[in-house]
Amino acid sequence: MPRALFEKTGNAVWISHLDLMRLFQRAFKRAGLPLTHTQGFNPRPSVSIALPLSVGVESRCELLDFDLDGMDVSCDEICRRLNGALVEGVRVLSVYDNGSKIKNLALLRSVVTLEYDKGVPEGAREQISDLLRRPALTVEKKGKNGITEQDIIPMLRGWAIRAEAHTIELELLACCQNPTLNPMQLHAAICRYLPELTPDFAKCRRLELYDTNENIFR
Amino acid sequence: MTELIQRILPTVQKPARYTGGEFNEIKKDLKDVRVRVAFCFPDTYEIGMSNVGMRILYGVMNQMEGVWCERVFAPWGDMEQAMRTHGLPLWALESQSPVRDFDMIAFTIGYEMSYSNILNMLSLAKVPLHSADRHDLKNIVFAGGVCAFNPEPLADYIDFFALGEGEDITLEIINLYDKAKAESWSKDAFLLEVSKIPGIYVPSFYDHQYNDDGTLKAIVPRNGAPEKITKRIIEDLDNAYWPTKMIVPSTEIVHDRANLEVFRGCIRGCRFCQAGFSCRPVRRKSADVLYRQAVDMLTDSGNNEITLSSLSTSDYRQLKELTDELIPYCAQNKINLSVPSLRADNFSRELMEKLQTVRKSGLTFAPEAGTQRLRDVINKNLTEEEILTTCTNAFSGGWNNVKLYFMLGLPTETDEDVLGIADLVYKIIKAWKEHAVNKKRGLRVHVATAYFVPKPHTPFQWEQQIQPEEYLRRCKLLKEHFYSKSIEYNYHAPDLSRLEAVMARGDRRLGPVIEAAARRGARLDGWDEYFRFDLWQDAFAECGVDMSFYTTRGYGEDELLPWDPMDVGVTKKFLLRERKRAYEATITPDCREGCAGCGANQLLKEVACDA
Repeated sequence: MPRALFEKTGNAVWISHLDLMRLFQRAFKRAGLPLTHTQGFNPRPSVSIALPLSVGVESRCELLDFDLDGMDVSCDEICRRLNGALVEGVRVLSVYDNGSKIKNLALLRSVVTLEYDKGVPEGAREQISDLLRRPALTVEKKGKNGITEQDIIPMLRGWAIRAEAHTIELELLACCQNPTLNPMQLHAAICRYLPELTPDFAKCRRLELYDTNENIFR
Repeated sequence: MTELIQRILPTVQKPARYTGGEFNEIKKDLKDVRVRVAFCFPDTYEIGMSNVGMRILYGVMNQMEGVWCERVFAPWGDMEQAMRTHGLPLWALESQSPVRDFDMIAFTIGYEMSYSNILNMLSLAKVPLHSADRHDLKNIVFAGGVCAFNPEPLADYIDFFALGEGEDITLEIINLYDKAKAESWSKDAFLLEVSKIPGIYVPSFYDHQYNDDGTLKAIVPRNGAPEKITKRIIEDLDNAYWPTKMIVPSTEIVHDRANLEVFRGCIRGCRFCQAGFSCRPVRRKSADVLYRQAVDMLTDSGNNEITLSSLSTSDYRQLKELTDELIPYCAQNKINLSVPSLRADNFSRELMEKLQTVRKSGLTFAPEAGTQRLRDVINKNLTEEEILTTCTNAFSGGWNNVKLYFMLGLPTETDEDVLGIADLVYKIIKAWKEHAVNKKRGLRVHVATAYFVPKPHTPFQWEQQIQPEEYLRRCKLLKEHFYSKSIEYNYHAPDLSRLEAVMARGDRRLGPVIEAAARRGARLDGWDEYFRFDLWQDAFAECGVDMSFYTTRGYGEDELLPWDPMDVGVTKKFLLRERKRAYEATITPDCREGCAGCGANQLLKEVACDA
């Protein structure tokens, strides 16, 4: 099954996961690249996206697996045709065969941006660093069975913090499968334990995917 | 720093509907644009983007050199709240510019219950609501759509209305505006010139006078405005503009598929139906043109479903030719072909089997009335036998699901007619018991009743709406007679239909009521989660307007009606004749069997009516 590496930026970040699947299904059709369909009562075009992206999150490392229906088209040609049929903000960076097994995908590098309209508070960088050095840091997690407490420290492999006049950028390497750490949980932790550092706005972007050995995942 | 709108988007439901950027969205360079049009749909993105008329006119306007038409929809409640909190004015999707920066603000209005949205959208755009308070050529507000066939409730707010189909008249309006802007005309000078375009109604050029009993006494045109405004139509649909390159939404909409209109008008003449009369005469599109357009639309959009739409697709003369060509194309390309509103005739049954639509959606009938007598009164040409035959065939094919739609409060309706609905449902249950091949799953019969709303330009335009208490009594009477577990019965609450009846046949005295309701927070009235009848009741009370004048009173046959100046082609004489036949329970055969002389063919200059 071929795989596409794509980015989702700009206003396209507001397209939900399910809508993005539909968008790709149509883009393949527009590009003259027929997809195989699932078997069964209600056949669906076979496309799947590795890690569903939350609405509002930008990414430069999304993976889409698909299966073309009896077409002999080169990967570069698929990439070129898809980009001609997609919308602004969704761009295929490369298409390739023999991608790694999704189950080996383990880590995600991402950046959480905290915005302070009146300027970053004094000592914020140090306070956040101290917070992330705690042996345990629990935040609320909304799941299917209601709200549970989740310790984020074991899922955090590494982090770096940069402060500018009005923004703090938290770059982190964290588990993205079994278990999964939603990077925005760091924002939640700051709001919970350092309420005076609650930002006016927070957002997140995905940068890169890795396997357990921290090799880039493709 | 992230800009305000980007900070608001994560806090609202379905943010993708506010950003634009879809495939085939039209962007232009502002330095090449002389006329900017904000095309507003007075409901949410999901509803508006499903509207074929809006898609046609978006294409028509953007084909014009120097003109850029952008889309605007009503925000959902959460977004509206955020906009008001942050003072963010309503914007258009393509450029994200505020609506108040546009030259022209156009509305397409297809539903009376969107009137509060129109005022709310103008208010969110920070554009003065009243036509009289907008003094310049900038922000000219105009409107079209079926509600323009009785535009009086909105007369205070809309500078002018365009009646009928918009493909040609929109070009004429915008070309005139282009000239007016280049020559720096005043708004008054522009309105005077635009009123000379056939099909244009400028409400401020007409004085309405009333009798002591509240009925209309006279409608007096000024400034040389025409006494009758005749709606515009397109005669040759094969050569009319059709947008094969349509915007493909990036988020799910109500009708999330390609939509191809196969013909215009209706041959049926159901006496309650506004579209059936006001969209006449019947004009055809050829099967080969439609096939080409279907393939173009599907190839360009990548949609995996297409629907053949019209008021009654079974009546499309070349349906067999078209579907014979389309079915193989769709099968080969894994596309779902859906043909809605099929009648219960033999060809349709065969077609349904070929399309396998029944499997997807189950059977749906709209007998509208429970007895043959009442179906004859309303001229709904659907017999009990047809319903039962179709059901029997479906049950023996393994289907177990039927939906039935009725109206209560139709003219001459008695309790016998109401209970006729229950009888029909039991006959369907009996047919299932006798013919079902798979009884394990059981049968589901969904029955829904709506509260009859008399509409202008129909033979029932003079009728009384029954009292809401009486409507509820009939609902309960029916409910008491549904004792089978297979039946699921829903009836509409009467409030919304009362309001719809008021607006449908309303006059200018409703303008202040709509404004008062909108001021109190009425908007998105078509949505259960937002409709608040109490706000409307307070608004009526504040303005001293009695709802029953427009609903249960009924209109006299010799009374001057607010929509009398609007000529949709069908004559008043014909409507009166049809009303008389209704009271005699005499059907009028469909137009294909014989012309009933409605008068709409008089609108045609180049071709004959294709009924």
